[in-house]
Amino acid sequence: MKKSKFNIVGKPVIRQDGLEKVTGQAKFADDINYPNQLYGVMVRVPVAHAKIRSIDYSAIENHPALTTICDANDIPGAKKVGPIKQDQPIFCYQKIVTPGDVVAMLVGESEEELLRLRELVNVEYEPLPVLTDPRKALEPDAPLIHPELGSNLVIHHPLRKGDVEKGFAESDYILEQTYTTPFIEHAYIEPEAVIAIPREGNKGVHIVGSIQNPYTTRKVVAAVLGWPLAKVRIQQAELGGSFGGKDDIMNILSARAAVAALKTGRPVKIRYRREESIQESYKRHAYYMHYKVGFTREGKIKAMKIDIIADGGAYSSMTPFVTWRTVVQATGPYEIENVWTDVRGVYTNNPYAGAMRGFGSPQPIFAQESIMDEIAVQLGMTPDEIRRINGFRSGSITATGQKLEKHDVNVLTVLETAVRETDFARRWRENQQQTKKRLDLAALEEAAANPGPFILHKEDFLEPEEVLRKGIGLAVSFRGTSLGAEGVDAVAAYLSLQQDGSAYLLSGLAENGQGMRTTYSIIAAEVLGLRPEDIYYLDLDTGYVGDSGPTVASRATLMGGGATKVAAETLRQRLEKVLRRHWNLPETTNFVFADRTVYPENQPDRKIAFAELCNLAYWEGVNLATIGWYSGPKVHWDESVGQGPAYFTYVYGCQVAEVTVNLSTGEVYVERVVAVHDPGTVINLLGAQGQVYGGVTQGAGYGLWEEISVDQGFIRELNFDQYLIPTSKDIGEIVPIFVEGEERYGAWGAKSLGEPTLELTAAAIANAVRNATGRRFHHLPLNLEEILLGRKLYPTSKRGSV
Amino acid sequence: MKEISIHFTVNGKKVSLNVPSRKRLLDVLREDLGLTGTKEGCDVGECGACTVVMNGRAVHSCLVLAAQADGAEILTVEGLAQNGELYPLQKNFLEYGAVQCGFCIPGMLMSSYALIQENPHPGEEEIKEAIAGNLCRCTGYKQIIQAVEATVKR
Repeated sequence: MKKSKFNIVGKPVIRQDGLEKVTGQAKFADDINYPNQLYGVMVRVPVAHAKIRSIDYSAIENHPALTTICDANDIPGAKKVGPIKQDQPIFCYQKIVTPGDVVAMLVGESEEELLRLRELVNVEYEPLPVLTDPRKALEPDAPLIHPELGSNLVIHHPLRKGDVEKGFAESDYILEQTYTTPFIEHAYIEPEAVIAIPREGNKGVHIVGSIQNPYTTRKVVAAVLGWPLAKVRIQQAELGGSFGGKDDIMNILSARAAVAALKTGRPVKIRYRREESIQESYKRHAYYMHYKVGFTREGKIKAMKIDIIADGGAYSSMTPFVTWRTVVQATGPYEIENVWTDVRGVYTNNPYAGAMRGFGSPQPIFAQESIMDEIAVQLGMTPDEIRRINGFRSGSITATGQKLEKHDVNVLTVLETAVRETDFARRWRENQQQTKKRLDLAALEEAAANPGPFILHKEDFLEPEEVLRKGIGLAVSFRGTSLGAEGVDAVAAYLSLQQDGSAYLLSGLAENGQGMRTTYSIIAAEVLGLRPEDIYYLDLDTGYVGDSGPTVASRATLMGGGATKVAAETLRQRLEKVLRRHWNLPETTNFVFADRTVYPENQPDRKIAFAELCNLAYWEGVNLATIGWYSGPKVHWDESVGQGPAYFTYVYGCQVAEVTVNLSTGEVYVERVVAVHDPGTVINLLGAQGQVYGGVTQGAGYGLWEEISVDQGFIRELNFDQYLIPTSKDIGEIVPIFVEGEERYGAWGAKSLGEPTLELTAAAIANAVRNATGRRFHHLPLNLEEILLGRKLYPTSKRGSV
Repeated sequence: MKEISIHFTVNGKKVSLNVPSRKRLLDVLREDLGLTGTKEGCDVGECGACTVVMNGRAVHSCLVLAAQADGAEILTVEGLAQNGELYPLQKNFLEYGAVQCGFCIPGMLMSSYALIQENPHPGEEEIKEAIAGNLCRCTGYKQIIQAVEATVKR
């Protein structure tokens, strides 16, 4: 229905930056070099927690390969930075709080020489007790990571709705379970790279880098230099993947490069190899989640009590906001009268955790959707039935007391679509009836530990046909769009029509590879009757348009799309005015803009070429450039009880995973994922499908393989030989289905898709594994050893695993 | 450091260079020849971003010493398009939405190119196998596989 009114929106469109990317011409940060350029190489100390006594450079300071050394003494402005709490030093000068920490940067012409020299810097330090278990972070005798703060608590988000004790009293059953999820790595394929170029005279500094949020980077660099914002210009190079990951780390690397560039008067480049990237960059938070749920025998959930600890690692970064999304969404898309939630983010000596695609949702969705299936099993229902009973409808009240209205509340629509597409309930029931016999590994291990006569009987073996088990599982979610009560939510889009009808476009948000440039070009082209290729997208530079906040929270299409539409409509109105005058038409005349032509709605034969109209306007002295501005409606939040309309609207999704589990190896193979999402209006079909394929695949990685494990604060998996992300062979079919709900915000109701596609997959897979094996797994990832042994194995410094 | 003299062909052009003996092919391409389309992602032959075609085979240029390329024929992503005309794989990567951030794409193209040279009509499993050494974090591989399939069907 909606599609018919569009010329381009909703159709597959080739991406704006595609040609450069398939010919190798696209310039990523490390592809760019400046004459006379120096390199910066970091100095670290192999310790997780220590007091710095002294740093001795005497062994290297006269070395010809060294141009200069930068450390905390070279920072004129803020020595510590951070998006919410300023607790992270650009260069450490008091303490080391995690092994990724940097005390100094060596600057010189040869990276290779500098890498050798950094081994000769002598840092004297006093080791301190190391805190790695976030569940112990708030104990009275826990070592304090940042003693000046007086506590390891980064943030506590309480949520209180109704009376949970009354709800539990009214319940027929109570289920209590604990779930955990690990740290994971963004694993953008392009490691971090940035160059700072000192400008002449009073022109400040120019920075080009693999930067996700140039305006945030500018704030940090300006603060570190003690300069006005406008004296720092940040330009985004082509970004080789980010997924939330090239924010804080790039701000800090940019600041270090800027300090060195100003100190030496020469361009300074920092580029990380994979090991340093994984070592220093932030991760997705590890979560420890305890859920207690009360429900009636009819399946109605009466009360939910949730206690979550998020491991924020060494610095606070985005922990307060990540855990805020968690507290809003932790009960899932279910209407529950009585809720008591506590989410605490804490400091440890682990690598720090910050923003990553999903942003505090994949973890609780894994827990909450696992529990929902356990409730269904206990009550003899199917997973879709229990969700039908409790799922949000139009007018439902969320855990934060927000009424869901004025948009299509499509939880049950996406659920029914996915269930129908997969014949879910029948297949789920059939799988539940499979024999649940499995290898008794505990007995085998016990026998191995106690040598003696050990006899296996025929029934101890699995018959070949019993080894492979099929399972099907689903997960549903609701997700608040954009930033919500996190902060200011407004975006700029600059659109400039040229005399010949071609156009420049630039938003204040950043292309992360997701296809935002294309989305905006489609929106502008749709309004002006152009083709997307008529629009030339400019390089993002903080000097051109207003600060539009970060490119996060799946807000680019919604907010930047809204701004682009405003800009295009403004210019369209100016052109209409010119044409009315030119043709002497009444004020009431409406025009059609299509196929690079314009005509009055009731006179399709009276056409003017769009280019000619632009030329006409140009010679009349009409301003053909504008900045569109789109800001979200105000939301508010009572942080003492976690109540309020947290986000101005929501999106909904349901994914069904079909798996085969090999009981003799523990391997889970994902045969098929049906992903049904309501992102509002789809702008670019190719891009939307790409988000689903990519998000589901990342979600499968989270479900089955990915883990950053930490040994006394040190990361074990420092490259892709140990940190396994999905390859082309690791996942079967993915079927994207879009249900385009009605929405009044954004461009024609286009909302969010990037994060919803990722947040559900691990939960759906875990439920499918439960269906296949009859066993519930509580700890991601569901790798071979988790399935076979029910625990994780980690490499040790000695031979073998623990 | 000891320098050696190497001669090879890159994208149809003969190249002679003196390079340090322990320099990698990847660095020679990016630094000495300015062919920055070939990317560096892991340095251990896991991510495939540095894939080039050497004597008809896809190789990780981070694991090839420049000396090993002496006398070889090298094709990089910059050499795929001929006379301003995109190679069919490149066109299909655009048409099927195979590109997101684009960082893995040069490697993906070169692995796919090597596959098609060796096996002009690969099936889906063979395509997946050919690009299994090329990590992509954005696309989930589906549209890349579709693009290669479309290329070999024509």
